[in-house]
Amino acid sequence: MPLPLFWFFALLMLVGGLAVIILRNPVAAALSMVASFVGLAGLFIGLDAYLVGIIQILVYAGAIMVLFLFIIMLLDLKTEQKRAPRAVPVVGGLGIVLAFTIQLIGVLGHVPGRESEPLDLVAAAANQSGGIQDKLKEGRLPDVNLVGDLMFTQYNLPLQIIAVLLLVATVGVVVLSKRQSA
Amino acid sequence: MELLTDLAIILAKVIGLTFMVVLPLVPISVYFERRFSAIIQDRVGPNRVGIPLTLFGAKKDYHLFGLVQPMADGLKLFLKEDFTPNYVRKSFYWLAPALTVIPSLVTVCVVPFGSSITIGGEEHKLVIADLDVGPLFVFAVSSLTVYGITLAGWSSNSKYPFVGGVRSTAQMISYEIALGLSIIPLLLYYGDLNLSSIVQHQADHGWLLLPFWGNDSGPPLVEKLVFLVPALIAFVIFTTSIFAETNRMPFDLPECETELVGGYHTEYSSMKFAMFFMGEYAAMVIGSALIVTLFLGGWSIGFGLDAAISDLAFGGLIHMGVFMTKLIAFILFFILVRWTVPRFRYDQLMRLGWVVFFEAALINVFLAAFVIAAPDLGWISTIVGLVLLAIVTGALIWVLKTSDPKHSPNSGLLGQN
Repeated sequence: MPLPLFWFFALLMLVGGLAVIILRNPVAAALSMVASFVGLAGLFIGLDAYLVGIIQILVYAGAIMVLFLFIIMLLDLKTEQKRAPRAVPVVGGLGIVLAFTIQLIGVLGHVPGRESEPLDLVAAAANQSGGIQDKLKEGRLPDVNLVGDLMFTQYNLPLQIIAVLLLVATVGVVVLSKRQSA
Repeated sequence: MELLTDLAIILAKVIGLTFMVVLPLVPISVYFERRFSAIIQDRVGPNRVGIPLTLFGAKKDYHLFGLVQPMADGLKLFLKEDFTPNYVRKSFYWLAPALTVIPSLVTVCVVPFGSSITIGGEEHKLVIADLDVGPLFVFAVSSLTVYGITLAGWSSNSKYPFVGGVRSTAQMISYEIALGLSIIPLLLYYGDLNLSSIVQHQADHGWLLLPFWGNDSGPPLVEKLVFLVPALIAFVIFTTSIFAETNRMPFDLPECETELVGGYHTEYSSMKFAMFFMGEYAAMVIGSALIVTLFLGGWSIGFGLDAAISDLAFGGLIHMGVFMTKLIAFILFFILVRWTVPRFRYDQLMRLGWVVFFEAALINVFLAAFVIAAPDLGWISTIVGLVLLAIVTGALIWVLKTSDPKHSPNSGLLGQN
């Protein structure tokens, strides 16, 4: 990924994240969060993780935040805009940010400052088979196929457990909403 | 230097394909819409606007079948007063039209318009970004369109637009699920998410819905014919969901004028209104392009002629012409449906999306996987699989029948009727 693009998306993400906290209007804050997600997706795509980037937009920006926005609009929040920020949460938040920054500096201090080598796709093709191998030989990174392959072979059981968990949650929501309306 | 030429090529593709191919299709489809609806309703339609030579003293005007009408429409929208009511939430009110147009135009970048053209010994594919996640990219970016419509409804700070925005949000989120699930059979079949490869596959082995040529290689004809069943189900679900996603008739509840004045764009005028209009038509163009690409062979001309055309230096342009022909045919189909099918009621729309299409698409995934796996299964597994699938389908239909609101008392509007 060219460096200017990295800075653009990183800046979009950071400014969006800051705006979520700073803006007093809930709708503006939600939209800033969408901008932040789009920036994050751009960074993922810059790392050749196309599937993760696209899913980031499809699921978070395109579905979850739409529902957030939907509910914020329906509630028509007015008091939120006038409430002044209190000291304790602000100080606490700043403290956490400071702690993470120190940790980040500590981690970066231990990483040798050299560029990582590009992936050798053709050499990696030897360990794969089928369509994945064909694409790797062409020099393309088939990240969707690789994720799918891992998910349905090596991590099949966790995948199914998560599916059952989601199903239980869905049934639970239906049961709860039916009970309230009855 | 190499970077600069690359950049120039990309810019040329963006400007050429987005602003000189897709964007002009918007006024053209508006013209088609007006003329075609006139034909359907036995009217004449706009057939007068041409080159006004009489203004310059000539004896006769050139009418050109009214082809200049879109320009007159555009000029009218430009010159109208751009009125902003003083009760709207200004910044969001201004942001909303842009948010509807931009995602629609961004999705153009993964659509393969043609095979490739050779300039100076180098081959250039006629697609802006040859991504390996094509259809997902289209779904992801076009799911951002909903922000524009929702914000337009909310920021107008008035009742009808708000209801329109809320309807649109609920409708688009609901149909995105059917849309995503309905193409899983195709992805199983193609084994690829790259739209260019999908079209290339169809050019080599026959279109998905017309698999009658290119049978010397690849899977045998019988398998492709059997796969027509899930493919047709997917086609019906996908096409109908595209109608709902683009807020077109019979699913244009967000801007349903008999109930909501103009829906989410009631408070908009002039170019801001025109941008919603453009966004809607651009979404329709992209939707048609996606249907053509996934189901009907994209730029492939068929009859086993594609390989020969691809070998020509400018064969890509012939393919592009084929693609545009199919695209315009599909746009005409969209228009035909708009002027023949009456509008749904909102509960019918939601029911169709959640109860019928969602389940049908889900069963279709199993059916397609079964059809693809069948040649490798034994007789016993095949029969057991078929019986299981039939049982699951029957059980689902039974559940849907018994949960039908018509049979349960006190279910809102339906019960009162």
